[in-house]
Amino acid sequence: MNDALDWLRTSPLLGLFLTLFGYRLGLELQQRVPVAWKAVAQPVLVALVVIGTSLWALDISYDDYLVGGSIIGFFLGPATVALAVPLHRQAHHLGRMFVPMVVALPVGAVIGIATGVLAVRLLGGDHVLELTMAPKSATTPVSLAISTSIGGLPALTAVLAIVTGIISAVAAPALLDLARIRDRRARGLAIGASSHGIGTSRALREHPTEGAFSGLAMGLTALLVSLLTPIVLILL
Amino acid sequence: MINGLLWLLGFQLVGEVVVRSLHLAVPGPVVGMVLLFAVLQWRRPPAGANLFRAADGLLKHLQLLFIPAGVGVITLLHVVGDHPVPIVGALVVSWIAVLLVVGWLTQLLLGRDAGAARR
Repeated sequence: MNDALDWLRTSPLLGLFLTLFGYRLGLELQQRVPVAWKAVAQPVLVALVVIGTSLWALDISYDDYLVGGSIIGFFLGPATVALAVPLHRQAHHLGRMFVPMVVALPVGAVIGIATGVLAVRLLGGDHVLELTMAPKSATTPVSLAISTSIGGLPALTAVLAIVTGIISAVAAPALLDLARIRDRRARGLAIGASSHGIGTSRALREHPTEGAFSGLAMGLTALLVSLLTPIVLILL
Repeated sequence: MINGLLWLLGFQLVGEVVVRSLHLAVPGPVVGMVLLFAVLQWRRPPAGANLFRAADGLLKHLQLLFIPAGVGVITLLHVVGDHPVPIVGALVVSWIAVLLVVGWLTQLLLGRDAGAARR
């Protein structure tokens, strides 16, 4: 058994299998739970619990897991490129959306940075934590790069970005309903601007228009947050 | 499928090279997305094109691709545990603020037809 485990640690097989297995289990569970629980039973969340527990039980480190896990993570790149396809299909909306996008997304980026910093300050966090929180609306790799350049804790910023995405996948549609934001284009922009890729994956499942604009907002927000974070930080 | 993947990887490749040679602060795949969108608008391939099949296949399981990074979150949860109130509080407040402001503002700017249309 120990020999086998030692071999698995260096092989991509375990990470690949656990990731796909956890995800598959999450999809299955989401199918089977009662309607009221469907939003909470997010496949990502289920997969994290399954993988986390397995790694802990088998005493396998995150780095060992990544030997296989990073193969799946790699496809985030081409998948981001692929977001051009839903956008292409929704391109007939773009003319009317130009003004809302040019106004709402920069406002959203500034609010994301400013509320993050001010809320940390108000709730008793230190300056480094403020800088770590500032870029969390941008997609994970971008927020990580910004955090590094302004003096935050990049690993923690990446955590914040991912947790934001998961919260959004669970709660964004319900919150948007509650706020009477019903237009699919507006919902998409809101989700992409606040909760990047993980939010976008939920938006894509809600409606093609919502997913397309979420993907677009995610890309533009990444750009805006990287440009605006240093400026907003000076003003605060 | 192979052709479709080649298109996606090709545009990512171009995006990464552009970002690195121009020292842009944007991720390469985002530049690749913008370039691919421009090419799709220009060439307008048929609905059954390989590229569409590959893209739809990947996007159907977009959330799967975040799982490896998410597992890294578990390993860092103790950092969050050290300052739970400012971290969790600020995260949730800021997320709600962006979601609602962008949603309301967009709906406002879209005008009267916004609420009822596009369900």
